[in-house]
Amino acid sequence: MIVEAGHFALILALAIAVVQTCVPFWGARIGDERLMQMAVPAAFSQFALVLFAFVALIWAFVVSDFSVTNVYENSHSAKPLIYKISGTWGNHEGSMVLWVLILALFGALVAAFGRNLPMRLRANVLSVQGAISLAFLIFIVATSNPFIRLDPAPFEGKGLNPILQDPALAFHPPFLYAGYVGYSLAFSFAVAALIEGRIDAAWARWVRPWTLAAWSFLTVGIALGSWWAYYELGWGGWWFWDPVENASFMPWLAGTALLHSAIVMEKRDSLKIWTVLLAIVTFALSLVGTFLVRSGVLTSVHAFAVDPERGVFILAIMVIFTGGALTLYAWRAPALRAGGVFAPISREGSLILNNLLLTAACGVVFVGTLYPLALEAITGEKISVGAPYFNATFLPLIMPLLLAMPFGPMLAWKRGDMAAAFQRLLAAAVIAFIAGIAVLASQERGPWLAPIGFALGIWLIGGAISEITSRCRLFEVPLRETISRLVNLPRANFGSALAHLGVGVAVLGIVGTSAWQVERIAALKPGEKIEISGYTLSFQGVTPSRGPNYKELIGTFEVASNGEVLATLLPSKRVYSAPRTQTSEVGILATWAGDVYIAIGDDLGEGAYSVRAYFHPLVRLIWIGALIMAFGGVLSLADRRLRVGAPRRSKIAPARGLATSG
Amino acid sequence: MTRWWTIAFVCVALSSSMARAVQPNEVLADPALEQRARSISAGLRCLVCQNQSIDDSDAPLARDLRVLVRERLKSGDSDAEAVKFIVARYGEFVLLSPPFSFSTALLWFTPALLLLFGIYFIYRSSRIPMTTVKTSDALSEDEQEQLKKIVGT
Repeated sequence: MIVEAGHFALILALAIAVVQTCVPFWGARIGDERLMQMAVPAAFSQFALVLFAFVALIWAFVVSDFSVTNVYENSHSAKPLIYKISGTWGNHEGSMVLWVLILALFGALVAAFGRNLPMRLRANVLSVQGAISLAFLIFIVATSNPFIRLDPAPFEGKGLNPILQDPALAFHPPFLYAGYVGYSLAFSFAVAALIEGRIDAAWARWVRPWTLAAWSFLTVGIALGSWWAYYELGWGGWWFWDPVENASFMPWLAGTALLHSAIVMEKRDSLKIWTVLLAIVTFALSLVGTFLVRSGVLTSVHAFAVDPERGVFILAIMVIFTGGALTLYAWRAPALRAGGVFAPISREGSLILNNLLLTAACGVVFVGTLYPLALEAITGEKISVGAPYFNATFLPLIMPLLLAMPFGPMLAWKRGDMAAAFQRLLAAAVIAFIAGIAVLASQERGPWLAPIGFALGIWLIGGAISEITSRCRLFEVPLRETISRLVNLPRANFGSALAHLGVGVAVLGIVGTSAWQVERIAALKPGEKIEISGYTLSFQGVTPSRGPNYKELIGTFEVASNGEVLATLLPSKRVYSAPRTQTSEVGILATWAGDVYIAIGDDLGEGAYSVRAYFHPLVRLIWIGALIMAFGGVLSLADRRLRVGAPRRSKIAPARGLATSG
Repeated sequence: MTRWWTIAFVCVALSSSMARAVQPNEVLADPALEQRARSISAGLRCLVCQNQSIDDSDAPLARDLRVLVRERLKSGDSDAEAVKFIVARYGEFVLLSPPFSFSTALLWFTPALLLLFGIYFIYRSSRIPMTTVKTSDALSEDEQEQLKKIVGT
């Protein structure tokens, strides 16, 4: 009954989406206020209905209602509750409902907090948002309906892939979707503005918080996925340039560029046309990502051609929305030209450099990901484009960006002073240089890129700190004034400095683990020891154990350093019953210097087990850095100036003037 | 969702035993030779997995390739010769970094083309007079007032 109600709610949501798409749009055309107002209740009820459908689906998973095909295919009664719930979005159909739910949520948020938007703009934004919803709801109902019943109901479900039964992966999809579905709002705003034929600084101010929120979610989502891969795949890789990863990385790169160009547009009224284009492209890349992951095209072009229903549908959605928006753009953009003048060396100039390098890097990832598919489809020739290609092309584009990054916030708008900026960054430059030299001197092995990368990381951290200290004029004015400047500094300034600092921290982690990882592969018998990076790992033996839906063999390892026992690690090998799969759980001792990482493998006979031990220097910093970036985003979002629906603040405006230069 | 689903699933499903890539009995006694074998393996694709190198893969075929690379090195092949040996048998598909050829030229020129195009685009836009064009899309006084209130300056 609840399942039918959910099914019905989903179809009703589809009907509401039609209303949300057509009525406000028509209202905006003919200038009828009542029709435009329809957008608000439509967005709310759309969200409520999709939410109801989603909860109904979760309910079916929680009570293990195997008369629902989707539950039967993807769940099992013996699974722990949390994985029954996360199993809802751990499959194609459920994850598409989550996709639409988040889309509807963002629509409802605009309806709720967008009261200060001009009515026509809001009506058009919600109408475009409704159209995206409509397309995906039709997709779900027509090709991926999660509520289809099964008769007779099987006694037990097939189970969720055990590799997905993991806390980080339970929350990875919601964050990821909140990120790239969140970019839909930037898209809707862009299209609405193009329909209206005008864009101004206020538009950028409305778009930026939504983009920032989506970007922060996406950052956390990507970090969670990478962290999961690190401990689940058994050898500590954290990024593989896999097409599925690239699918989420491309919107991240484009979204990062969008955030920055929107600043220029908001503050200086320039780069309008470009910002609108980026807003369209960013969401288009989210659609590309959805297409890549959901269509099966990645498995092989051939498999896609055999069962193309879903893939062709998403491809059509992608082409209609991207093509439509770009056509509208080509038609309307020439009318938008306007902007401020600026010199190449200026805040604007630095943000343009940022955009150039980020979009080029994004383009490289895009081409590298799709090239093999396109080549095979066109000529039938099969090639592989993997990590070596991406490292060779992505790094040369991103390293100059990292080098230039600290300069940006130090330059003034319109015309900057490079020498003065460098003077304020001198301390950071000196420290980074010394760090690079120290690494070079102490490094016995490892690539030549390592000292440069390490110095870049320090440079970014130092640059971010210098940005704050120079904004509050530390050591230039009395301490009391410094503190008052610090307190009055807008949160957006802290946010951006923190996000830049996070990049530096992540760079240190990436360099550390890529350049200096140590590996030992050995066949160990109980009682034997191996040494790794100053740690002694002694293998004590294995014990069998049993979990709710798996059996496992747990290895016991004592980790000691200088004769002192630091920890006992318990890596294990699990065999899940449904579906029958083996996974490995690694044992990790996390320290600031790096992780001691042990995975246990097969029984090699005569009591020996295959053991893989690693030392991953600084690896934690990758995810800590990502979290700092996301936190920087959230902090910026808390800035009064950006807060959506914040009360008007003309009273306090003058007080801010001196503290902000950007 | 689940960006890892496919790679993880395919390789988990394929590996009859959950062995983790390079096994203790594969490792060569000579560390220098082993190091060379590892760096070659990192550039070779596991043919039955998605986008995994044979160095990371658990699939039996990947193991065969790893052993083959090591055998070639032991018999005195240079790195290039060992790779050539594998490519001769499995095709260029096995290389994770595709060699430059007519069909991959566009792929390899991509970064440079994107940069040049971007720079040209910026150069061209900067030539257009950037003064504010007062056209019909300019704000009316009323709207200016409204904007000021919203923006708060």
